[in-house]
Amino acid sequence: MARPVQSKSLTIEEGAFAAFLVLLALICIFVTAKADDGVMGFHAAVGAIFAALGVYFIFRGYSGRTMNVAQEIDGRPNYQYGPIKFGILASVFWGVAGFLVGDILAWQLAYPALNFDLPWTNFGRLRPLHTSAVIFAFGGNVLLATSFYVVQRTCRTRILGNVAPWFVILGYNALIVIAGTGYLLGATHGKEYAEPEWYSDLWLTIVWVVYLIVYLGTLMKRKESHIYVANWFYLAFIVTIAMLHLGNNVSLPVTLFSSKSYIAWAGVRDAMTQWWYGHNAVGFFLTAGFLGLMYYFIPKRAGRPVYSYRLSIIHFWALIFLYIWTGPHHLHYTALPDWAQTLGMVFSVVLWMPSWGGMINGLMTLSGAWDKLRTDPVLRMLVVAVAFYGMSTFEGPMMSIKAVNSLSHYTDWTIGHVHSGALGWVGDISFGAIYCLVPWLWGRREMYSLKMVNWHFWLSTIGIVLYITAMWVSGIMQGLMWRAYTKLGFLEYSFIETVEAMHPFYVIRAIGGALFVIGGLIMAYNVWMTIARGEAAESEARPAAAAAE
Amino acid sequence: MADHKTDIDELSGTTTTGHEWDGLKELNTPLPKWWVYLFYATIVWGIGYCIAYPAWPTMTSYTKGVLGYSSRADGVAAYQAGQAMRAEAGQPLQQASLAEIKGDPSMLAFAEANGKAAFGDNCAPCHGTNGVGNPGYPNLQDDDWLWGGTLDDIHLTLQYGIRSDHDEGRIGDMAAFLRDELLEADQVAQVVDYVRSLSGLEPEGDADLAAGKLVFEENCVSCHGEDAKGMAETGAPNLTDQIWLFGSSHEDVTETVSNGRAGVMPAWVDRLDPITVKSLAVYVHNLGGGQ
Repeated sequence: MARPVQSKSLTIEEGAFAAFLVLLALICIFVTAKADDGVMGFHAAVGAIFAALGVYFIFRGYSGRTMNVAQEIDGRPNYQYGPIKFGILASVFWGVAGFLVGDILAWQLAYPALNFDLPWTNFGRLRPLHTSAVIFAFGGNVLLATSFYVVQRTCRTRILGNVAPWFVILGYNALIVIAGTGYLLGATHGKEYAEPEWYSDLWLTIVWVVYLIVYLGTLMKRKESHIYVANWFYLAFIVTIAMLHLGNNVSLPVTLFSSKSYIAWAGVRDAMTQWWYGHNAVGFFLTAGFLGLMYYFIPKRAGRPVYSYRLSIIHFWALIFLYIWTGPHHLHYTALPDWAQTLGMVFSVVLWMPSWGGMINGLMTLSGAWDKLRTDPVLRMLVVAVAFYGMSTFEGPMMSIKAVNSLSHYTDWTIGHVHSGALGWVGDISFGAIYCLVPWLWGRREMYSLKMVNWHFWLSTIGIVLYITAMWVSGIMQGLMWRAYTKLGFLEYSFIETVEAMHPFYVIRAIGGALFVIGGLIMAYNVWMTIARGEAAESEARPAAAAAE
Repeated sequence: MADHKTDIDELSGTTTTGHEWDGLKELNTPLPKWWVYLFYATIVWGIGYCIAYPAWPTMTSYTKGVLGYSSRADGVAAYQAGQAMRAEAGQPLQQASLAEIKGDPSMLAFAEANGKAAFGDNCAPCHGTNGVGNPGYPNLQDDDWLWGGTLDDIHLTLQYGIRSDHDEGRIGDMAAFLRDELLEADQVAQVVDYVRSLSGLEPEGDADLAAGKLVFEENCVSCHGEDAKGMAETGAPNLTDQIWLFGSSHEDVTETVSNGRAGVMPAWVDRLDPITVKSLAVYVHNLGGGQ
């Protein structure tokens, strides 16, 4: 399909990445030799192997091509899909793994014997493995892959760099391997959702800076006069995550050869920094980033224009401005000063409408295309995701109100709230995007089986409903039991009685989770079969894309 | 695509913005009115809340809010009110004897409530919810007592513990007969079969109960008594009933005889106030098996 446009040479980009990775490999080998502890030795060795593999791939890529990569072929952008395909497959793999670990944890909570009394399988180590696998491995790969796809398509230009996008996606997945094995071996910062140790943090910083450069560079060389709304959200996600990551992880390693480090922040400042990070990981990773998906895949799949451009502008800026303040609502009634608690609560409540602006724009984009929900399970998945988004962004502000929070805080209600957002919104919008992208990327007419998509839709929806209703009942009951006093002023229930009362709901939650895992497995099989056996699409005949070309 | 010509979406009758990206367009729909007004309403409410409550940091302090609210002051007040209420209601228990507390309905009600709450926080982790026991931790609802089941016995156990780090703690050891080479392995097997037979458990294989009885008489009666019914003075359990703290299987009893057992009950005299310890004694006594 391509013809030579110019002679082949090793680009500066290839040379620079190769030189950097050679240097990195040498540093890793040095650290392996001098490591203070087993974890550091193991991780530095893994780092050396990954870096060496990177150098090998760069040179194999160079020797494999016959010319320099063309920006355009026959007047059409020569989009780079390789890293996107990798990211989608990685997200399916990490997704299923992360859901599975989550469900194991759910069963452990119902039946503690399932901890097996082994250090590697106990709740404390598996829990960050689950959260990181679903948020950063599954969600992160979805975001990287879809952002690379959306930015190229909506800017009508090939992504900046040839090695750089690969470096971002492979480097990010290398981080996941390092972080995940670290948890199992007991290496942790002890900061929720920011558990990876200092060297992982440094590595992510490098990967993220390259990501930002790639993304901005692609936007700068766009062929469209305006930047499409999805890209605003992706860019907000990339920039803010960089800021949060750097702010929250400031730490000093014990030695440069030790896997252990200590965080610079202490006491209530550490707590505040942690939740400034934590809630904005929700706001900018799990919300802004996935709104980027929504703004591309819903109008694309529905074949309808975005409902309101004005609403997209207003709710974007309102969301960006307000989210960053809301972290303190995780620290109501703690040592955090009252004024900070007030601000966290007020900004959370004001955030309600900006969040719903996104929901309105997502749902109303379907006006004129509602009938498609009957026949297209992929669109149904995308739309139910937006409905869950609307529900959790009402529930969130409500729970941030101090009077409500005094009941809900520290209970399972919080877990239920998180999962209506995580499974319902992030999960379903990602599944929808994956079901759109796999046929488009691999040149197939449609998914291998839409019937399986339908099964996935119903299994995950029923699973989510079981999960969140069980946690509502369990959480509110738990909160009420904790605060119940007798006439004489003594606590009505001991802690263990509340735990016993929650057991049936833990079992229901675990069953709901199992349905969600089964849905994920069906998706993995369907994706695999689409790629291996799917019906080839006729040339470039993607449903709505034809109009653009 | 970049010609910025707005067109009209046929289905909605709304104009588009005139841009198109990869086939995607945007409508020029105005903001939904209800959305705008709700947004304004939350902002107005937010400003009002910030005026009423502590809200904005200043260089050295923060705006206190017109209501003068402080969550710390609120919490401390609620805590102190609860403490005062309990102290007043519990006052009579300070001087009263355990028997008096048990005999007086109002003091008993207080001791039951106080004891239940204290039990849930301090005792339930080992003895189980409501004292039903766990392997190695006695059931407190039955009438089988290792160290005596009167109010005073229970009170003493609660105060100073068993094999605790307190000087007044109750002491009594089950010897490790095999590990310390007090018995041979075959003697252990014999005495295990014999002891299990006392409560009607079937021996495994062909057991020499007579030999076991001999071993028992030479080694065990000093603590467990001639009749094997145990002694409260040494904390030695009754071996003729169906209650087995560490399990009744051949394997469990062999482990007990071979390596001994030394469960620990902590001393609570320095951890809980005297009224709560008294309340606990009455509460445990009242669980069902008090003597």
